[in-house]
Amino acid sequence: MNEKNDKKQLLAVPMGLWAAAFVGLSLLYIIGLSLLTKGEGFSYSPPITLDNYLRLREKQYISSLLLSLRLAFYTTAISALVGYPFAYFISKASPKRRVWLLVMLIAPFWTNALIRIYGWKILFYANGPINTLLKSLGIIEKPLKLLYTEGAVLVGMVYGMLPFFVLPVYSSVERIDWSMVEASRDLGASPLKAFITVTIPMTSAGVMAGLVLTFIPSVGLFFISDLLGGSNTMLWGNLIQNELLKSHDMPFAAALSVVLLAMTAIVLFIYRRQGGEAESMVY
Amino acid sequence: MQEKPLLSLRGLRKSFDTQEALNGLDLDVYKGEFLTLLGPSGCGKTTTLRIIAGLETPTEGKVYLEGEDITDLAPEKREVNTVFQNYALFPHMNVEKNIAYGLRMRKLDRKTIKQKVNEMLHLVQLEGYEKRMPSQLSGGQRQRVAIARSAVLEPKILLLDEPLGALDLQLRRQMQLELKRMQKQLGITFIYITHDQEEALNMSDRIALMRDGRFVQLASPYELYENPVSAFAASFIGETNLIEGTVSEINGDELLLDIGGKTVRANNKDWVQQGQKLCLCVRAERLRYRRQDPGHNCLHGKLVATHYTGSDRTSILELNTGQTVISRHTTEQEEKVNQGETVCVWWDIDKATVVIDDRDNAL
Amino acid sequence: MKKNTPLSKLYITFIMLLLYLPILVVVLFSFNSNTGRTASMIFTGFSTYWYKDLLNPITGFGTQLKCSLEVALWSVFIAAVLAILGAIGMVRRSMGKSLASKITYKAIGAGEQLAMLPMMIPELIMGISLMALFRLFKLPFGKTTLILSHITFCVPYILVTVKSRLVTLDPSLVEAARDLGASPFKAIITVTLPLVAPAILSGSLLAFAMSMDDFVISFFVSGAETTTLPLKIYSSVKVGVTPKVNAMCTLMLGFAFLVVGGGQLVSAYAERRKEMNN
Repeated sequence: MNEKNDKKQLLAVPMGLWAAAFVGLSLLYIIGLSLLTKGEGFSYSPPITLDNYLRLREKQYISSLLLSLRLAFYTTAISALVGYPFAYFISKASPKRRVWLLVMLIAPFWTNALIRIYGWKILFYANGPINTLLKSLGIIEKPLKLLYTEGAVLVGMVYGMLPFFVLPVYSSVERIDWSMVEASRDLGASPLKAFITVTIPMTSAGVMAGLVLTFIPSVGLFFISDLLGGSNTMLWGNLIQNELLKSHDMPFAAALSVVLLAMTAIVLFIYRRQGGEAESMVY
Repeated sequence: MQEKPLLSLRGLRKSFDTQEALNGLDLDVYKGEFLTLLGPSGCGKTTTLRIIAGLETPTEGKVYLEGEDITDLAPEKREVNTVFQNYALFPHMNVEKNIAYGLRMRKLDRKTIKQKVNEMLHLVQLEGYEKRMPSQLSGGQRQRVAIARSAVLEPKILLLDEPLGALDLQLRRQMQLELKRMQKQLGITFIYITHDQEEALNMSDRIALMRDGRFVQLASPYELYENPVSAFAASFIGETNLIEGTVSEINGDELLLDIGGKTVRANNKDWVQQGQKLCLCVRAERLRYRRQDPGHNCLHGKLVATHYTGSDRTSILELNTGQTVISRHTTEQEEKVNQGETVCVWWDIDKATVVIDDRDNAL
Repeated sequence: MKKNTPLSKLYITFIMLLLYLPILVVVLFSFNSNTGRTASMIFTGFSTYWYKDLLNPITGFGTQLKCSLEVALWSVFIAAVLAILGAIGMVRRSMGKSLASKITYKAIGAGEQLAMLPMMIPELIMGISLMALFRLFKLPFGKTTLILSHITFCVPYILVTVKSRLVTLDPSLVEAARDLGASPFKAIITVTLPLVAPAILSGSLLAFAMSMDDFVISFFVSGAETTTLPLKIYSSVKVGVTPKVNAMCTLMLGFAFLVVGGGQLVSAYAERRKEMNN
């Protein structure tokens, strides 16, 4: 059926053209843009220069990059540590309960991400619920400074990213053939050994997808740090947003984006090399 | 047969990427015939069927239906229908809709469709199951729906790809008879695929034995059993002992074979040459043994084990050459021999055939 | 398989509580009777004041909701058409032997990779590059640019969902349809589409949710005149006094539970009926 399949694949042409125009072309365009020079307002013009990239050597950009990477790394690590057992336990719940746990996990997605982060902001206010509770319990006398700290941003990021780690891991745990775990027990492995030697390797695809799905957005997030970190935490995403909306410097914002894009590409490249598939990032 | 063939395959070749699936097939199928393609998995039988159905295009060669070249005709335009291995019933349609699907595609009017579907339901004995979904049917019932769905279109040829493969042994035997009945009743030519030799022997008018994309032998079940052309053909059908030997003398209609130093006689074949290594094919039920030397055509060995399988007894014997052979016989047939005892293994000369030893070129 | 221990159940409960803590706070504050500047910080008592405010035709979020719905519906519809065709075309395709067919094969494969990218790269980058692209072609920022952008990021979600269902679909079903006389087109309509319909639905729902919820990309490609719900929420949240937003979020959450939970109940009911029939 070779020739027939050849024709059938033409059905994918509209989608391919769409992606070529709106993804391929636009990404190529900002790469080009990053080599130009800012003019009046939003305008930009040749000559072609590497100045935008050379500017990145300045201290504020390097420290912002390090901060972004550090927070993204912490976010991913915490999500993994908290999320793996969570996904594992959910998949071990009885089928009826499992469905409802999944519904509960997914339902908040239907509300706006900003609002969920805003819930934390309310909690973190100096005279908000947490401080009020701690004060009434007599644990603290003066309200703690919770809002506009790195810790607050980290809480918000883990909170936002956790489901992205849990879902792929959950589906890979659910697909485990439990008789293999039983076989390893039968062959003399302790429960812990069986878990380490069988369960974890068999869920590695889900874990990999979860790590990538958590790490990539973490590097580029800007509204969580915006809301919970204020101006104290300048993440890479905030830099881009500022350059664009405050300084109207499109070429420099493009250069910052290209750096982010390059980091994403590296992570995805490693993911692919490890045999990861784009599909398992949703399932 | 003088009549014109219904379906002809000429020089059919098919290669997938690097692999040759079919290696030049020629075949004529006649009207009303029950032809079986028999062979181990990977021998190209399913590919052949798919080419006939139009689901696959041959790399080389032609397919003719009633003398017309249909090689490049789309599957929906061929008067040939397929019963798929896993039935491929549409899971979102009930039994009635599944059977009516092809008729609807032909845009027949509702009344005719209804009538034909009812006739078909009667034929496959599934009246009252019209509204069931495929998931609510047993394996055997699904099987019948799949056949009904294809047969209702009254194709010139019905192609069946291991239709009984998923059923258990008892149901399979029952369905074999039923399929044969339906074929007679419908008068449709069947091309049937199986890897089960018993099924092939039971049902077919002719069997095409396949291996590595080639036909090894194309013959009636009787011919295939009695006169296999090669060690492969012999071993694929029935329980067979292939005793290796060398031709030491050709004597008109008779051969002398040297088997581990012992000489036995066998009937000659026109391809046999002096000094050739070949196999003597003796069916298990025709291999006998006893304590006393019958004086001719016998090999020495010892009894290794005996198994009772109800009416039969199967004995495993080790020849002095080291080869193991099997003898099957009714419980009363043989004298009582103890395990480990030395025996003479013998057979009727006319019940044994020499065959080419082609077992080594297996994939 | 070992069942959960009380300890692991406790863990699930604890994490779930943490997941819902900020949402509960938002819900609680939506009923705040405090209408002053501290309405988002200090809870003074229950009232439905903010709900009335939300539903008020002038101060409410009606315009933004309408804008979001319009963008989401158009985007999901067009993205679904692109992605369903794409998924059908991509599944079980094979490379021909001629050079032309090899090139087509590679080009279409590359097209699919590109279509998947918006799901994998940070939204921020998508937002900025689309904004730059629209500027390049001098497209006025507004609903059109919003819809174009939303289609772009909705496609991969539907594509992945539909494709993964198509992969598990027995290829002999379509072959059977062809064998029984259906043209390639008829086979898709009568067999493929009905069987992947659930996947199309769930992919589209996911894409719809993504579109309704999208803030980052919309932030860069919307004009001054067009404000989607998330954009409005962002500007309100930045200022800080938001019980009206909280009220809306509560309604959205209720709606989400209704849809997701209702769906579960329906499918559970269908399964029970199926069991009874057997």
